[in-house]
Amino acid sequence: MSQYLLSVIHDPEDVAAMDAMTPEEMQAVFAAVGTFNERLQAEGAWVFAGGLQTHESTTTVDATGAETIVTDGPFAETKEYLGGFWIIEAPDLDAALKWAAEGSKACANRVEVRPFQEEPGA
Amino acid sequence: MSDAHAAVERIYREEYGRVVASLVRRFGDIDIAEEAAGEALLVALEKWPRDGVPPNPGGWLTTTAGNRAIDRIRRESHRDAKHQAALMIHDDTPHEPTGPVEDDRLRLIFTCCHPALAPEARVALTLRLLGGLTVPEVAQAFLVPETTMAQRITRAKRKIKDAHIPYRVPATEDLASRLGAVLAVVYLIFNEGYLASSGEVPIREDLTAEAIRLARILRALLPDEPEVAGLLALMLLTEARRTTRVAGGELVVLSEQDRGGWDRTLIAEGHAIVRECLARARETGRGPGRYQLLAAINAVHTDAPTAADTDWEQIAALYAQLEAIAPSPIVALNRAVATAELDGPEVALAAVDKLPLSGYHAWHATRADLLRRLGHSAEARAAYDAAIAATENPAERAYLARRREQLRP
Repeated sequence: MSQYLLSVIHDPEDVAAMDAMTPEEMQAVFAAVGTFNERLQAEGAWVFAGGLQTHESTTTVDATGAETIVTDGPFAETKEYLGGFWIIEAPDLDAALKWAAEGSKACANRVEVRPFQEEPGA
Repeated sequence: MSDAHAAVERIYREEYGRVVASLVRRFGDIDIAEEAAGEALLVALEKWPRDGVPPNPGGWLTTTAGNRAIDRIRRESHRDAKHQAALMIHDDTPHEPTGPVEDDRLRLIFTCCHPALAPEARVALTLRLLGGLTVPEVAQAFLVPETTMAQRITRAKRKIKDAHIPYRVPATEDLASRLGAVLAVVYLIFNEGYLASSGEVPIREDLTAEAIRLARILRALLPDEPEVAGLLALMLLTEARRTTRVAGGELVVLSEQDRGGWDRTLIAEGHAIVRECLARARETGRGPGRYQLLAAINAVHTDAPTAADTDWEQIAALYAQLEAIAPSPIVALNRAVATAELDGPEVALAAVDKLPLSGYHAWHATRADLLRRLGHSAEARAAYDAAIAATENPAERAYLARRREQLRP
């Protein structure tokens, strides 16, 4: 089994679309994601998942130099940011892509699939 | 290179896909498989010219490469545990032209053509691992620098490993969509050979031959997939006309080709497959897919003793069917060529002018021909100019330039 990160990346258009959602539409997305999470758990694919606050709440910490520098905002100047993610366990990429398709449908967003590095000897 | 060496390399190339596929299954690692296959070639180059070619050269290469791979894994103890574990597997799968070993190549082609890989990487990997072309040969085939091609292949292999792209024939419910990607790669290889987009040589028969070879393997492995048969028939019927397609460095269009020069053996085989597909479609009630329809169109063309005998009604009907299942401006353009024969160039031109294909050389060439037939010389000249500017194929340029010169002032 290998682990994969399924990340939900938001761009400004996605944010605008989410802002335009009615509470009922929002509720439907939450419900769909809830059902998807239950399926992941039932099938033993679930490792961890979470939704993140908006990127305005990001703080960057840099302790690589002599002093620790704390700054407001993300490190990379991009319009896209991570909105949420799942960490799943799957036998191979095909299985991970199937979960990603389900997750994408549930959260009404694109999903990026990335394999985790493996421990040597694993 | 001596004849003996050339003979060894020819056999090696022929057996390469089978050897590598079986090693990938056994060791779960493409790099190990390729390295071992390369070492087996060195041994073969040394032994075969001296001792003679073994009775089952493919089996010999697989066994030798397998032993080399095991030696290497033993030497390099830092290889991870999975590879060490592979040593424990006693591989007694016989190396035979049919059976489970053939399935190894099928697994490998689905890995090489996985949708998670970039399309150009799929083509490169397929030619490298299944076709046995060297990296410089693949680079040459697609006219990219060798280092670029080497990086492309390395990156794709790393993704297969890191993302765990499986080495497996997809499950039945996914087979149709995944097979589509495989067939697209094979057809792309063929087309790149048939009308090279650039470079000095207008037709690269090494690529067309390789695509046909891959399609034959696929057909043997997936005899119940009619689109595989359709693609093979399409390529056979196209390949049959290859030698008449260029004369004196100039492209010869279908209507002007010397039909006596067409390869009758390939045409007979192609026609037989098309008939088989039609019978199967009737039997199963499953309408023919894109490749079967294209094959049928080519069957109609190759059935006509002269260009004037072409059954354009049937060709137009087949294109209409194709447009219904796979609509595209290029299909519409080809359909308009049939329309020109049935309803005249004016009707065809009206249809062609509506298509959003101003970057496509064949669109300009078709317009030029229709305008020429309508006697609009000035407009035809401009369209020939645009067509020449849009293609780098030397034979096509030569043909278009001559046609342009023949226009009435």
